[in-house]
Amino acid sequence: MNVAVCVKQIPDTASPYALEPEDYTLVREGKLIMDDSDSYGVEMGLQLVEAAGGGEVSLVSMAPNGETSGLRNALAIGAAKAVLVSDPVLAGSDALGTAKVLAAAIRRLEPDLVIAATESTDGYTGTTPVQIAELLSWPSVSFAKHVEVSGGLLRVRRQTEAGYDEVACPLPAVVTVTAGVVEPRYPSFKGIMAAKSKPIEELKVADLGLDPAEVGLAGARQQVISVEAAEARKAGEIVIDDGEAHERVISFLEQLKIL
Amino acid sequence: MEEIWVLAEQRGGVPAGIVLELLTAARGFGRVVEAVTWGTGSASAATALGQYGATKVHDIGDIGESLPGPKVAAAIAAHILGGDRPDAILIGATYDGRDIAARLSVRLDLPVLTNIVGIDASDGALTTEHAIFGGSALLRARFTGGGPGIFVIRAKSFAAEPVSPAETAEGAALPEPAASPVIVVMEVPDTGQSDAARIVARHEEERSGPKLDEAAVVVSGGRGLGSPDNYSLITELAQLLNGAPGASRAIVDAGWVPYAFQVGQTGKTVKPTVYIACGISGATQHMVGMKSAKNIIAINKDREAPIFTIADLGIVGDVTKVIPKLIEELRARR
Repeated sequence: MNVAVCVKQIPDTASPYALEPEDYTLVREGKLIMDDSDSYGVEMGLQLVEAAGGGEVSLVSMAPNGETSGLRNALAIGAAKAVLVSDPVLAGSDALGTAKVLAAAIRRLEPDLVIAATESTDGYTGTTPVQIAELLSWPSVSFAKHVEVSGGLLRVRRQTEAGYDEVACPLPAVVTVTAGVVEPRYPSFKGIMAAKSKPIEELKVADLGLDPAEVGLAGARQQVISVEAAEARKAGEIVIDDGEAHERVISFLEQLKIL
Repeated sequence: MEEIWVLAEQRGGVPAGIVLELLTAARGFGRVVEAVTWGTGSASAATALGQYGATKVHDIGDIGESLPGPKVAAAIAAHILGGDRPDAILIGATYDGRDIAARLSVRLDLPVLTNIVGIDASDGALTTEHAIFGGSALLRARFTGGGPGIFVIRAKSFAAEPVSPAETAEGAALPEPAASPVIVVMEVPDTGQSDAARIVARHEEERSGPKLDEAAVVVSGGRGLGSPDNYSLITELAQLLNGAPGASRAIVDAGWVPYAFQVGQTGKTVKPTVYIACGISGATQHMVGMKSAKNIIAINKDREAPIFTIADLGIVGDVTKVIPKLIEELRARR
């Protein structure tokens, strides 16, 4: 069983995000990290390959600037290789442009299953994985909270408004996983060392046979007009708990006629 | 805008709340508002859709055990490519809504705008509003190419209001009295392998009390609870206030509670009368989902936690000490 996991390298979420003044794209300088949301997909891929008793996990990623620092950790915990589509023309790509690039890269890998997070932490459009599925004419199961493969079928518990659906789906397919579905493992020292020599294939948009006009800012066909500070909520009353602060909560709720 | 379509998710003939919100919004800037619906009971949903402004309902009908994404997207795309082209398609940011938007976008080779929290139509074209950086900034965007624009909109971005008789009589920006819309069948073309997934069983989770996104009181817990066992404090406090329990992403990621409890950018948007954030620091990810609450109470050990910058009442203290006392007091009042 071969699994491709889509991973996104994003600016460190610990530091504040900023937008470029010219085109309002996200500032992506400095070291990028792998989106935490993707660590669940990588772990799930590894578990499914282990359960199948063969195959490997490949990472598929896209970045405008050849960044690979965010891929090493996933390689260190067990992914076998990575494909990085890196091209300056990709800067400013929207979800559909990104999906076209990733779908083309995935076609070359011919995996049995593609796993992605339900959405990225930085852009959180939340449509790219299912766009990939449609581009490949594959079925997809989004918002998976439990995934296994048995009898050649993908079996997924999919989050719904009311609870969850059990979904059976033939392979190849795309599945998107919510955070917390599995416990991502930590890299071992041996894994970290091994990751340094694992292959990362770098591709350009032209290598994928895509028209540069379809991707990047040019292909996005949408434009940010303005960004301004939102109306700020003000900080209110602060009470330091001296053992009786709950009384203030009660009186506040009474004021609001909740009690 | 001439014609707006609203994707109308429904269950047993009852449209989802977001559908009524979107129909209300669409009436504000569209001359004609139509709905697209599917599933058993879709025909009986038409009346409710009409009451909120839909003059025509395109009914895809029963889709069996398929997931909605492939069939609904294919039906809409085929209809549009056949020449009946709305100017905009409004889709709620639900589990199924996002699937449909994604597949529709590929079928029409058109971009999507998602996480929309407002739409401005004052100059003819639609300008969308998006809350970014935890809601501290508002970004405005628009499509630059041809339509129809695919708009994915977050819940609670618009208030749902039925078409009032008076409003309809004046007929200003509104279509004909819309109580019983025309129902037309929308055919589903062959969807091939993309529609190969099948629902084999449906599980409804028992939840006592109000739903997270409808409750007047939401009590959410975060890392500050210290351990998964302490989440029972949140559940009990919520129950005593006739509210719903919620969670920060941190404890969902850690597996303490299921994803369905999550409030935030990923997760539910809530707009309760009172939001009580317990042991939640206030990551941007969380704030964007709850900062529209009418009143916010925060309980957190760290005086510097960002949540205190937006709380109407901030208690600097240990949640595992403050909440048990609150619970005790509320129990005594019962």
